[in-house]
Amino acid sequence: MKLVINGDEHEVDAPVGASLAAVLRERLGLTGTKIACNEGHCGACTVMIDGVPVLSCITLAHSVEGEVTTIEGLRDHPLVDAFVRADAVQCGFCTPGQVVSAAALVAARPTPTEEEIRHAMAGNICRCGTYPKIEEAILHWRD
Amino acid sequence: MARLIRTEKEVEGRFEEVWLVVEEDPLEQWPAGPGEVVGRPAVRKDALERVRGEARYTADIRLPGMLHAALLRSPYAHARVRRIDLAPALALPGVRAAIGPGEAPGLDAEAGYAGAPVAAVAAETDAQARAALEAVDVEWEKLDAVLDPEEAVERGILHGEPERYERGDFDRAVAEADVVVESTYRTQVVLHNSMETHQSVCEWIGDRLDIHTSTQYVWGVRAEVARELGIAADRVRVVCEYMGGGFGSKNSAGEYTFAAAELARRTGRPVRCALTRREEHVAAGNRNATLQRLTVAARSDGTITALGGDFINALGWGGWSAATEGPLKMLYACENVRTTRSTAKINTPPMKAFRAPGFVEGTFGLECLIDELAARLDVDPLELRRMNYASSNDGTPFSSKNLAQCYERARKHWDRRHAVRARSDATWKRGVGMASQIWYGGGGPPSYAWTRVGSDGRITVVTAMQDIGTGTRTAMAQIAAEELGVPLDRVEVTLGDTARGPYATLSAGSSTTPSIGPAVRAAAADAKRQILEIAAQRYDLEERILDIRNGTIVSADGNLSVGLAEFLELLGSAQILGKGARGPNPTGMSVLTFGVHVVEAAVDVETGEVRVERVAAVHDVGRIVNPLGAESQVEGGIIQGIGHTLSEQRLMDEETGRVLTTSLDAYRMPTIADVPEIVCEFVDEPDAHLTNLGSKGLGEPPIVPIAAAIANAIRDATGADVHELPVSREEMLRALREAEKKERRGAPAAV
Repeated sequence: MKLVINGDEHEVDAPVGASLAAVLRERLGLTGTKIACNEGHCGACTVMIDGVPVLSCITLAHSVEGEVTTIEGLRDHPLVDAFVRADAVQCGFCTPGQVVSAAALVAARPTPTEEEIRHAMAGNICRCGTYPKIEEAILHWRD
Repeated sequence: MARLIRTEKEVEGRFEEVWLVVEEDPLEQWPAGPGEVVGRPAVRKDALERVRGEARYTADIRLPGMLHAALLRSPYAHARVRRIDLAPALALPGVRAAIGPGEAPGLDAEAGYAGAPVAAVAAETDAQARAALEAVDVEWEKLDAVLDPEEAVERGILHGEPERYERGDFDRAVAEADVVVESTYRTQVVLHNSMETHQSVCEWIGDRLDIHTSTQYVWGVRAEVARELGIAADRVRVVCEYMGGGFGSKNSAGEYTFAAAELARRTGRPVRCALTRREEHVAAGNRNATLQRLTVAARSDGTITALGGDFINALGWGGWSAATEGPLKMLYACENVRTTRSTAKINTPPMKAFRAPGFVEGTFGLECLIDELAARLDVDPLELRRMNYASSNDGTPFSSKNLAQCYERARKHWDRRHAVRARSDATWKRGVGMASQIWYGGGGPPSYAWTRVGSDGRITVVTAMQDIGTGTRTAMAQIAAEELGVPLDRVEVTLGDTARGPYATLSAGSSTTPSIGPAVRAAAADAKRQILEIAAQRYDLEERILDIRNGTIVSADGNLSVGLAEFLELLGSAQILGKGARGPNPTGMSVLTFGVHVVEAAVDVETGEVRVERVAAVHDVGRIVNPLGAESQVEGGIIQGIGHTLSEQRLMDEETGRVLTTSLDAYRMPTIADVPEIVCEFVDEPDAHLTNLGSKGLGEPPIVPIAAAIANAIRDATGADVHELPVSREEMLRALREAEKKERRGAPAAV
């Protein structure tokens, strides 16, 4: 199959049924996308397809039609610096997924309210409880 | 000078007498308050790579030729493998090796819980390994399983003998008291649910075993693996630079490590063994359930005269029995105390330490009981706590205790309660509750650190500790920068590799900063002394008038001001090396942490829904190294505690002992939408008796009082006593009905 990831086209050989997350991590070495539950409950594996956040661990790689953006494609996004400054990272395992979800949010709503942030980010679990700082990072992402 | 001492060592509230080699700690503490770097907010040294997804966790390790292992687990709560045939699994595509009971530590023929590992398979892919598990042919002999902790206690199926403690004359004090309150509390099993599941990658290189593992204690894993495999400890290298959460569940090697090591040995290839989320919910440890039958007796003036507790720790097949009675013994001045703790051995998954084990559970019971007493006496709950303040730990002085100051600072939050209650309406009742926190967190020796100063004036701190997400890497850099007089951006920290640094203690028990921080400071001071010695020679000045400030060597007489990098250029590629050790804890003193939480909660009396609206936390943990990171720790502990209090519960089928809540939609942890307003304050006063730093640990304290503070806010709002965690809607409605009945009988339901 062919996948467009972070602007680059990749020819990938993967068994039918492989998840997008597995292809990103195991075939392409893009390990910034984390797998924490592998069944679509925690948000750690969030990537964007044509700007829409999706759970890559329950997305079949062969069904992907649009352009995929992973955390590797967002490394220079202002949200990265906002997360760093706000201390919106503890163990950091969920953080790439948080950043991807936040990037999709601010692309659609550049000045999200607290309510909008809580609504858009509620699917990304952080066991360390970094949420207040994540909210702060997103509120001030352009400062 | 090195000294050999016999001392009590504390980890997670467990004490043991040990011989320790310690070094003197001759450095004076810095004055209280912020320094140049320590005490000022610092962005994490490793934030960028974690946020950008560049940090390489154990889950990201991919070694050439690596195989994937999966564990076969018992479907029965108690069973024995009578016969096992691995051949059908070995015949499947991609399968390279399989091992059964007795072939690796942790794989036992007797399975003590549903989910206990008995065999393992390694294959080219994870899917092949898991498919091969299905093919293993096992003949099970089912054994008698005990799943009810009270039944286990009745039948004497225990881990060890019951622990008994008594001081004073409990019975007499109860008989003579004006008021006696007895209540029973239950806490549930909760799961750590680290985002990175338990996992290891093992590779043999000659006779050396390299282990990449998601752990809180690289040295502990090294020692355990060397001991179990009968190889020299220096033939085992354990690496964990980035770690995706542990919360107490990753303090030891685990069967996944041993299975990977054995399968790697048999195949001559690296082997990865990673638990799935569903396995994580079954076999990665848990906070055990407790049953607490508590008694408090008091005089009508509010003086507590007796405290008693019968505790059952429902431990499961393994783990250790945490001191659930600890808060009851230590939090209040009380001459007559009697406790018994029985530890039920039941056929459920093993307990592992979980963020202040025992004290989270015990504080829920005790601090709810104190509020029930306050209601009975018609005394303000804050005043009742202040009246019964403990000025010593049953005669042993505290190294420092500023709980009174915490109460004082909490008062402005407590005073909001009239306004909060007034915001109640017909369905949503609002109230305010408080609870106190006591816990360990002093750390201890031994731990060591090195510093390496380059000719560019940059410093590397080298110590084989862990940063499990708490920000300890940053704290260590701040301490070294402060001591050496350089800006924080000139300091890096190398950690997480037993082959690349000296011994440092485990990252558990709120001990990393108080244990390793003083060693880092000593190592920085050693390097600084050497730099000033050679500067004195180079510029022909007296060493005692030299200092380093903001990266510049200066003399007190104002004649010298030379940049560190400029001066050290003479080193070329050589380096200045410093070394430091953690000194001893103060003898004859109790080193403890303290705090208070004040919670504002709302209860929907029609549906039983509980919302936490505001939490104010005031903690006394000695000197704060990084106020920004410390605030994050407090917020995280509170949020995790809100989950424990309101929504999290591992459910088990009472017939079969199988865990039912195996996924993250069944086991409900807090999301960003559940977070209340959090106000975080620190007393920030160095413990004058504790090390050259005066800092205690902060990882655990914030999760200790939150459940009781929420329960007490619920009582304030509704008059209902909740006695069981989690406070599900069902439990809330039950408590409301109970309160109504009480009111009809004419007893006062609320304060």
